[in-house]
Amino acid sequence: MEEGTIAKWHVKEGDDVQAGDILAEIETDKAMMEFEAIDDGRIGKILIEEGAEGVKVNEPIAVLLEEVERSASGLAAAPKVAPIKGSSPPAKVEGIVSVMNETRKAISNEKKSPVPLASSQSATSSTVEAGLRIFVSPLARRIAKQKGIDLSAVRGSGPRGRIVKADVEAAKLGAAQSGTRAPGAISGLPDERAFYEKDAYEETPHDSMRKTIAKRLTSAKTLIPHYYLTIECDIDALLVSRTRLNVRTPKGDGAYKLSVNDFVVKASAMALMKHPDVNASWTDTAILRHKHADVGVAVALDFGLITPIVFGAEEKGLIEISNEVKWLAEKAKNKKLKPQEFEGGSFSISNLGMYGIKEFTAVINPPQGAILAVGAGQARAVVRDGNVVPATIMNVTMSCDHRVIDGATGARFLQTFKGFVEEPASMLL
Amino acid sequence: MSNSFDVIIIGGGPGGYVCAIRAAQLGLKTAIVERENLGGVCLNWGCIPTKALLRSSEIWHTLHRLKEFGFSADNLKFDLPAIVKRSRRVAAQLSGGVKGLMKKHKITVLDGEAKLKGKSTITVIKDGKSADYSTKNIVLATGARAQTLPGLEPDGKLIWTYREAMVPDRFPKSLLVIGSGAIGIEFASFYRALGADVTVVEVLDRVLPIEDEEISAFAAKAFKKLGMKILTETTVEKLDKGASSVTATLRDKDRKTETLTIDKVILAVGIVGNIENLGLEQAGVKVDGTHVVIDKWGATGIPGLWAIGDLVGPPWLAHKAMHEGVIVAEKIAGVKGVHPLDTSKVPGCTYCWPQVASIGMTEAKAKEAGHKVKVGKFPAIGNGKAIALGEAEGFIKTVFDAETGELLGAHMIGAEVTELIQGYAIARNLEATEAELQSTVFPHPTLSEMMHEAVLAADGRPLHI
Repeated sequence: MEEGTIAKWHVKEGDDVQAGDILAEIETDKAMMEFEAIDDGRIGKILIEEGAEGVKVNEPIAVLLEEVERSASGLAAAPKVAPIKGSSPPAKVEGIVSVMNETRKAISNEKKSPVPLASSQSATSSTVEAGLRIFVSPLARRIAKQKGIDLSAVRGSGPRGRIVKADVEAAKLGAAQSGTRAPGAISGLPDERAFYEKDAYEETPHDSMRKTIAKRLTSAKTLIPHYYLTIECDIDALLVSRTRLNVRTPKGDGAYKLSVNDFVVKASAMALMKHPDVNASWTDTAILRHKHADVGVAVALDFGLITPIVFGAEEKGLIEISNEVKWLAEKAKNKKLKPQEFEGGSFSISNLGMYGIKEFTAVINPPQGAILAVGAGQARAVVRDGNVVPATIMNVTMSCDHRVIDGATGARFLQTFKGFVEEPASMLL
Repeated sequence: MSNSFDVIIIGGGPGGYVCAIRAAQLGLKTAIVERENLGGVCLNWGCIPTKALLRSSEIWHTLHRLKEFGFSADNLKFDLPAIVKRSRRVAAQLSGGVKGLMKKHKITVLDGEAKLKGKSTITVIKDGKSADYSTKNIVLATGARAQTLPGLEPDGKLIWTYREAMVPDRFPKSLLVIGSGAIGIEFASFYRALGADVTVVEVLDRVLPIEDEEISAFAAKAFKKLGMKILTETTVEKLDKGASSVTATLRDKDRKTETLTIDKVILAVGIVGNIENLGLEQAGVKVDGTHVVIDKWGATGIPGLWAIGDLVGPPWLAHKAMHEGVIVAEKIAGVKGVHPLDTSKVPGCTYCWPQVASIGMTEAKAKEAGHKVKVGKFPAIGNGKAIALGEAEGFIKTVFDAETGELLGAHMIGAEVTELIQGYAIARNLEATEAELQSTVFPHPTLSEMMHEAVLAADGRPLHI
């Protein structure tokens, strides 16, 4: 997550808040998050208005005033900004709060003065200074500021890539055309719209999920050395077990309906436990072998896709897995997933079998090391003991990050997986 | 010597020879064709020798102020042939210098007139003999010459162009200069300073008509103070040539005519591109009036055929041609990140008395273009160095966009402003706003402090006035 939208402020300037109070709702590319106060204090100034889009992580959004004891030194000292970086965020949402939470805490005496605002501004500029330097002409910088153009999204055409007036003017034009300020203009490249008649298409500006999909998948597919392993699984025994188990469901409370995919999740998790080299992630300095099989399940949405995670799937039964996947999918469709429900994970499954897809390859979901693409179970003629017999065959293709998983390692994992799928009871062994 | 090149440049003026040097630096096998002298008009018959003449007239001007500076001398005289000789020597020295530069960069200099022959061949003709050279690229850099008007054709004796005016054999007692652009005004300044009776006629309503209106007005006043007669909105109806003088019939805006008898006439009504005898038509080169049509990179639209300098149109300035020469050489060599020339960043200089220099838009043009402007002005009388030099005549004017702070234009008149304008050219090129210029430290005491003050004045905060 790099930026978000301030969907709603739950407080206004002057409100007293306590640690844990909900200050605002922040919509990110994947989910809506409640943003809590991490300290007691008073909202001195709201810096970013409700509805503001593209608010960068670490950008101050408000000033939180903390009362201090009146003391001689306290009064004499000039108020200072003391940025607190998620010192005590609620444990569950730690990853998020620590990046989003840049509420500035200004030490001030009780008398309200414009000082906190001024301090917060200086804090803002120092944040900018600490970041990557953008080379931009003074004139372009001023125009960008006046027009609200994000210079980090503008490509410079001046000497050594310096952003000049023409670039921000082109960016202005690009922003006006697409009706969004976010992508900025990539000057120098022809606008794809030029290839089509103006009324021959309908334009849908990218929302934050589309932008994330584009960025993450482009990065994954171009940076990760993918290779693919396909294996056929005979799922006749699995289908029989599934039918037997499903008829045992109670009515009403506790009812379940297992899908083939629930078996695939479970079989993957069990196989991952037997092959820890596959249950692994790449980092620049080391391979991380995960202790649990945290299996992501790709969920198609009207507006994109997301991969919520069944954590510790190796320890969960089929019913638990089944219910959890349904519940996560439902949350995803309502945009209610919390980041910790879709971030991380050690392995992913993407199943297009319900659409009759026989087999396909999926793009790895980093930082995971592999993803399993599951096809439809189809009745096919197979040769067994020299005889042609009917069987229900499901093809699965695993995309592997070769930096993490070598060919034979992946192949052995698939053998185990195939064993579990073809004889589900063997998972009990 | 092989007869095949990567690039052949036709014309050895400032655009052409600079293009050749850059091409050679980039490793291209380069040749340049020149029919007369390397350095072209600029170096041989324009910029450089006129500066030498004007230097002499400036000294003459100062000699007449000796008392003011604490000197005395009697019997002051000038020696016209010696002045002209010095000017020619300066030109010759620099032309020789260009020859040396060509040698240094191993550029083949082809002596003669060039003509396009087919797609990648040129013929060079010299004294009736011709030779063919094949090349991957051709750069047309043939420059321009004085425009003539019907009935006012120069004859080289009584009616001069810049060329004859540069090498007078006798000093003309009276002179009519037709046209008050840079060329006309520089010769008017030279001859007036040496004592000639000079009348300048300008068809438009002001002298130096491309400059900011306030600069024109200030210049006209200064010229008149020097004893020049300025007739604006006036045309020359006809020139009647006598044995050793010319009678000009002038018509003013009220259609009233008057006659004026003068020793010489200098025709300086603009220039026309040298598009003839190059085989442009056969090659299919697009020509608009007397200028070759090009895109922003100097390409004519015919693969491998490029054009630069005066030949492709205004501003008719050597430094513009040089810059275009560099751009074309780099495009030919495939250099990455080349930027097209933005003529609004090309400064212009006129070496009259006082000097005039400018860059970008005039105040009127800026408003016409829809800018909300803020204007700063600062007079030389508020500058210590100008007063110490005894050159406290002039002013600097800056034009900023009131919203963005962009330096839209700068206009200067006064001592050495032609040397100062580059400061604003750098500011414009780097897209400095008034804020950066205001926070820049200018050394004291210098004329350049006026530049600082003129920027401060745009925000109503000049320090020394």
